[in-house]
Amino acid sequence: MERNPIRRQLAIMRQSLFDQGHVDEQFVQLEELQDDANPNFVEEVVTLYYRDSARIILNIEQALERKPFDFRKLDAYMHQFKGSSSSIGAKKVKAESTLFRECCKSGNGEGCMRSFQQLKKEYATLRKKLGAYFQ
Amino acid sequence: MRVERVISDENDSFPVGMRVLAVDDDPTCLLLLETLLTKCKYNVTTTSQAITALKMLRENKNKFDLVISDVHMPDMDGFKLLELVGLEMDLPVIMLSANGDTKLVMKGITHGACDYLLKPVRIEELQNIWQHVIRRKKFDRKDRNGSGSQDKPYIDSSEAAGLGNVDQNGKFNKKWKDQNEDEDEERDENGHDNEDLSTQKKPRVVWSVELHRKFVAAVNQLGIEKAVPKKILKLMNVENLTRENDASHLQALFLNLTDLVTALPEKNQLCGKPASQYGGAAALGSVDSTHLQMGTMNGLGNFHTLAGPDQIHNAAFRSFQHSGVLRRLNTPAGVGISGLPSSGLVQLSPVQNLGNTSTNQSKLQSFVNPGNHNANILQGMPMSLEFDQLQNNRAASHVGQFPSVDNATVLPVSSISGSLIDAGCSNSPLLGVTSNSLLLEGSSQLPTLHASNLRDSVSGFPNRSTLSDFTSIAPASNQLHGSKADIQDQAFPISCNAGKIISSAPQDWNAPKKDAPYLSNVPSCSINSLRAVNGDMAQLGQCLDQNNPIFNRNVGFDFVDPLSIKCSEGENLAMEPSVIEKEGYLMVQPSRQGSYIPDNEGENFAMEPSVIEKEGYLIVQPRRQGSYNPGNLGSLEDLASAMTKQDHDKGKPTDGDFGYNDYSLRTCI
Repeated sequence: MERNPIRRQLAIMRQSLFDQGHVDEQFVQLEELQDDANPNFVEEVVTLYYRDSARIILNIEQALERKPFDFRKLDAYMHQFKGSSSSIGAKKVKAESTLFRECCKSGNGEGCMRSFQQLKKEYATLRKKLGAYFQ
Repeated sequence: MRVERVISDENDSFPVGMRVLAVDDDPTCLLLLETLLTKCKYNVTTTSQAITALKMLRENKNKFDLVISDVHMPDMDGFKLLELVGLEMDLPVIMLSANGDTKLVMKGITHGACDYLLKPVRIEELQNIWQHVIRRKKFDRKDRNGSGSQDKPYIDSSEAAGLGNVDQNGKFNKKWKDQNEDEDEERDENGHDNEDLSTQKKPRVVWSVELHRKFVAAVNQLGIEKAVPKKILKLMNVENLTRENDASHLQALFLNLTDLVTALPEKNQLCGKPASQYGGAAALGSVDSTHLQMGTMNGLGNFHTLAGPDQIHNAAFRSFQHSGVLRRLNTPAGVGISGLPSSGLVQLSPVQNLGNTSTNQSKLQSFVNPGNHNANILQGMPMSLEFDQLQNNRAASHVGQFPSVDNATVLPVSSISGSLIDAGCSNSPLLGVTSNSLLLEGSSQLPTLHASNLRDSVSGFPNRSTLSDFTSIAPASNQLHGSKADIQDQAFPISCNAGKIISSAPQDWNAPKKDAPYLSNVPSCSINSLRAVNGDMAQLGQCLDQNNPIFNRNVGFDFVDPLSIKCSEGENLAMEPSVIEKEGYLMVQPSRQGSYIPDNEGENFAMEPSVIEKEGYLIVQPRRQGSYNPGNLGSLEDLASAMTKQDHDKGKPTDGDFGYNDYSLRTCI
């Protein structure tokens, strides 16, 4: 039947998410919370995450346009971003945000910029993958 | 009340259905948290705004059992929310953050969080949070029952369940535990305290900001000398408030001061006890200078002895601080003492004599007996203001011990103060009311500290300083409170109160802040103790000693130094300004940074949490921390005067805040 191939595909996709390090155990926790009472929990959370984090990303971008960098603020934004990313288990994104924060702490403007670019990339990739996964 | 109710409600199915309020500005996390909590079968309410959360909590205090809050929120700092909830509603609060920095976690604990979770939060962690509710309930119940009995319970369950409103819950609990044990022993010996307190089964009174303000206003109005719980009660005109509540509150205030100073987590534990137990009277107001003279010094004596266990000091101080806040440092004489007991040093057997001070004092007595360890400190509490003799080291140690209350003897005081502090000090979370409770307890004991005891104990203290000035201690004690020195405050009260305590109530000990007179005794003690301990408790011990027998000794201020001495090196007692610098401990500076300043306004308690918050050290230094110069200590005299004037508090900052110490202390002894 058709389900099988789809299911199998889903399983493969999911596995690759883990293998490629996009998501970690926290994601599993989310999945575990999903049940009959909450059938689309994971998707809900991820959607919410993307909506909220998009806002933060925008804030960071704006802050990065203002020179000199307000590291404190940048760090605060990133802290927030990191918090929600870790809540859904976005591993790579979280790692990148840690790097970003370290750059902030050491006042490394260049490092911040670079890290942020990288972070955006990871973020976009994850979004795509998860989107496909949920579809 | 709440506790009972909750327990009965959820008796069977608890923790199922436990009502949790979750606050987090991040919607993803909030949703996740909500789902997780629901999965744990709790009853969850969520909000993304701290302000909304507060509103909900205020509407109905019994609507929730537990609060989980994020640290970083846009409308209000998570720690601030934590403080307010702890103060107003006395609910267990768990902090949540993506940042697990030790400093932050420490901050959470000092502000009273009963736990600190890291994001992403896992379900396993949430499954156990109900224990915090149980713990708190247990503690509360115990508190209410009476200071005496409380000690024990706390110890058992503690773990920082959030002893009361102590900010420093965890730590405080521990400390309290120790102290309690000591105290209990002491208490039993003493006899009176326990009975008084344990038989009281009062519902816990939560000192809201308004209530506290009223309280402070009443105290101010009455004047340090006259601010006895009864009168305060009348002035406040609040229903459902008993004299004991007032007394304990007073003590707590003192304790807070001390707590701040000591900043010892342990201290919190001390406070665990609700001030109410102490009958407040003692703690609060009796801080008259007369107290100082009275044998309450015993309490002080304890201090000295207490010096041993740092813990005690802290505890004791804590409690004293509260009382100090009230300005009545004197009264809390007991308070001061309580701090001491922990140190077990206080062999103060005489302490039991507290008799002078009201019930609180009795507490102190028990307090005084910490005798355990630090015994060298005050073993006999040579209250005679031998503080000078007390070398700071000793004193410091004693004082410090105070909070540690190993010997539990000290605890009484501290507990009182703890309670007071918490209760009273709505302002500063430091108030660690818990410490107050302890202090109070201790304070009661203090009074009993016979002069002789004090003497010994005092000697224990590095008193070098001013113990002699103890008499003026009261003022000094106020000074002690100064800033950070939570302990200081506590210590102060003790020292100041030493005079007072003895006479009035152990509470004063803590209240050094408030009551200048108290301060004198206390400060000296506390100061010393404060320092020593870390908790300055040691100082308190010193102070106490001084107070008691000497009361006259303005030593209190000297203590202040000791407190500032932080350095347990005992040298402080001499109230060296430098001493104070230590970490800003204040020590007795009347002007206290925020600390205890026996402000006239009665708001002292609020003592500027900022001050006190300095690492929990409530160093009474009103002004400068480093400047502690002996002049400050000398403030004991000032304190004394402050007491009378009540203005002292504020004014003390002058260099001499403690200025007493120089001369006053000496004279006392």
